[in-house]
Amino acid sequence: MIRDITIGQHFPGNSVLHRLDPRMKIVLTMAYIVLLFVAANPAGLALATVLLAGLYRVAKIPLRIIVKSLKPILPIIVFTVVLNLFFITGESQPLVELGFIKIYSEGIRYAVLMGVRIILLIAGTSLLTYTTSPIALTDAIERLLSPLSKLHLPVHELAMVMTIALRFIPTLIEETDKIMNAQKARGAQLDSGTLQQRMKAMVPILIPLFVSAFRRADELAMAMECRCYRGGEGRTRLKQLRLTTNDWLCCVVCLVLFGAIWCTNFFFTGL
Amino acid sequence: MAAIIQAEHLTHIYGQGMPDASKAIDDINFEIQEGEFVGLIGSTGSGKSTLINHFNGILKPTSGKLYVDGQDMWANPKDIRKFRFMVGLVFQYPEYQLFEETVEKDIAYGPINMGLSESEVAQRVKQAAQLCEIDQEMLQKSPFELSGGQKRRVAIAGVIAMQPRVLVLDEPAAGLDPEGRDNILSQIKAYHKQTGTTVILVSHSMEDIAKYADKVIVMNQSKLAMYDTTEKIFARADELLQMGLSVPQVTKIFLKLREMGVDLPADVYTIPYAVKTILAAVGKKEVWE
Repeated sequence: MIRDITIGQHFPGNSVLHRLDPRMKIVLTMAYIVLLFVAANPAGLALATVLLAGLYRVAKIPLRIIVKSLKPILPIIVFTVVLNLFFITGESQPLVELGFIKIYSEGIRYAVLMGVRIILLIAGTSLLTYTTSPIALTDAIERLLSPLSKLHLPVHELAMVMTIALRFIPTLIEETDKIMNAQKARGAQLDSGTLQQRMKAMVPILIPLFVSAFRRADELAMAMECRCYRGGEGRTRLKQLRLTTNDWLCCVVCLVLFGAIWCTNFFFTGL
Repeated sequence: MAAIIQAEHLTHIYGQGMPDASKAIDDINFEIQEGEFVGLIGSTGSGKSTLINHFNGILKPTSGKLYVDGQDMWANPKDIRKFRFMVGLVFQYPEYQLFEETVEKDIAYGPINMGLSESEVAQRVKQAAQLCEIDQEMLQKSPFELSGGQKRRVAIAGVIAMQPRVLVLDEPAAGLDPEGRDNILSQIKAYHKQTGTTVILVSHSMEDIAKYADKVIVMNQSKLAMYDTTEKIFARADELLQMGLSVPQVTKIFLKLREMGVDLPADVYTIPYAVKTILAAVGKKEVWE
C-alpha cells in the first residue's frame, strides 16, 4: 500500500525529454508554473493543456500514471473548486440562490480555471520528476543554486541532504514493511479500531523505524568520512552537465509556445 | 493425529498481473506433525522466507491451502489473528522490532494483544524471560541498552510469551558470535523439549541443522525439493551440493573417506555419531595401529 505513491517517482526512458539537461527542465518547469497563473482565460489554459499532453506523449508516459498521481491531491482540488464556487461574487445576478449561498457565473468560471490550473501544476511538475532521475535533479538544483554559495549558503550540503533523503525512501519503505510484519506477527491490529486506537497501534512501528533511521544515518556518516568526504569545496564531478544545441533548441521551442500561451491574454479577452 | 501444519498446493506469486510477476513458491505440499523439530534449508531466493510468512498469515497464498491444526487458515480472513497467536514467527534480525521502554513491557506486547488478563500476562512474561535466560535486572532495562545477543533473546522471548503451538524462527543465530549462536539455539532446543512446541528453524548453517533438527525441508528454486529425516537428507550430499547447499563438515570427511574406499556409512552428520562409527569401524577391522 505504501508502495503505491507515484508523486516524485522516476520512470526511466530515453526520450528527448529524458535526455534534456536537468537544469533546463527545472527552469522551463518553473516558467510553466508561473505561466499557468499568468494565463487568465480558458484559451490560454487550453493551450497549456495541449502543450503538456504533447510533452507527455513525447516522454511516452502512460495516462493512467498521471491519473494515479492526481488521486492523492483530489481533496485539495475539490476544496479549492468549491471555495471558489461559493466565494467569488460577480456584478451580474447570481445564477443560484439558496439562502446565504449565492453562485455567480464568475464563480463557476473561476472555479473551473482554478481546478484546471492545479491539475496542470501537478501534472507539469510530475513530468519533471518522471523524466529526471533524483540524482540528476539534485545535481541540477545544486548547479542552479551555486551563485547563492557566494552568500555563504551551504548549497552543496543542501543538495547532498536531498540526494541522501531521496536515496533512502525505498530503503525506509522496505524497513517499514518488515517492522509492520513483525508487529503483526505479535498480534498488532493496524487496520481496524477507532482513530485513536489506530494511532496508538502505530507507536510500535514508528519507534523501531526511527531507531533504525538514526542507526543508518550514523553508519552512512561514518562510511562517508572513511572515504574522506569533506563537503563541496574542491569537489569535481564524474558527470559534468553541459548544455548542448539540442537543449537550446528545446528551450526556444518551449519559449515560443509559452509566449503563445501568454499572448492569449491579449487576443481572447472576450472569453 | 492431524498435522499441526499442512500445505496443499501452496503457491505464491509476487505482483500477480504485473509484468514483473514472479513465482516465489510453487505447488508446495507437506505435513508437519505436532512436536517435531523441523529444519528448513535452501539457497538464497529459494522461497524459504516466503514460505514461512505464510505460516502465520503475513502473506496470503495466491492459490492452494494452508491448514493449521486442521483448520483452513484463510477460510475466514477475519480470524487470521487467531492463527497468528497459534504460530509464533520470529523474523530475521528480530531485535529491530523492539520498541517499549523496558524489556518487560516489550515481552508483554504480544500477550496483551491476545487480550489476556494482567496476571496471566505477568506470568507469561516471567516464564518467557526464564526460558530465554533474561534475569530480573535485565527486565527493567530499556531494550536499547542491551547488547546484540541480549536484544535477540528479548525479541524471541516476546514471541515465546504468546505460547504459540508452533514456533517459526528465521535464522535466529545470524550475525551472532559463536557463543551467542550456541546459546540461542540450545535454548530453543531446550524450550522445544520442555514444552513440546513444534519448532521450524530456518538456517544456512548445515551444522546447526544437523545438530538440532529431526527432519529437514529442502527448498530449491521455489519448489520443495526434499522432505525427510535429517540423516536421510544429508545422505544425499551430491544433490544438496548441486543446489548450492552444503553438508556438515563431518559428513564431508566421511564422504571423502568413502571415496577413498573406506567402508563407512553415508548418513553421518553429527560429531558424536561420527566418533561412534569410527570407533566401531576401528574395533571391527583394527587397521589403525
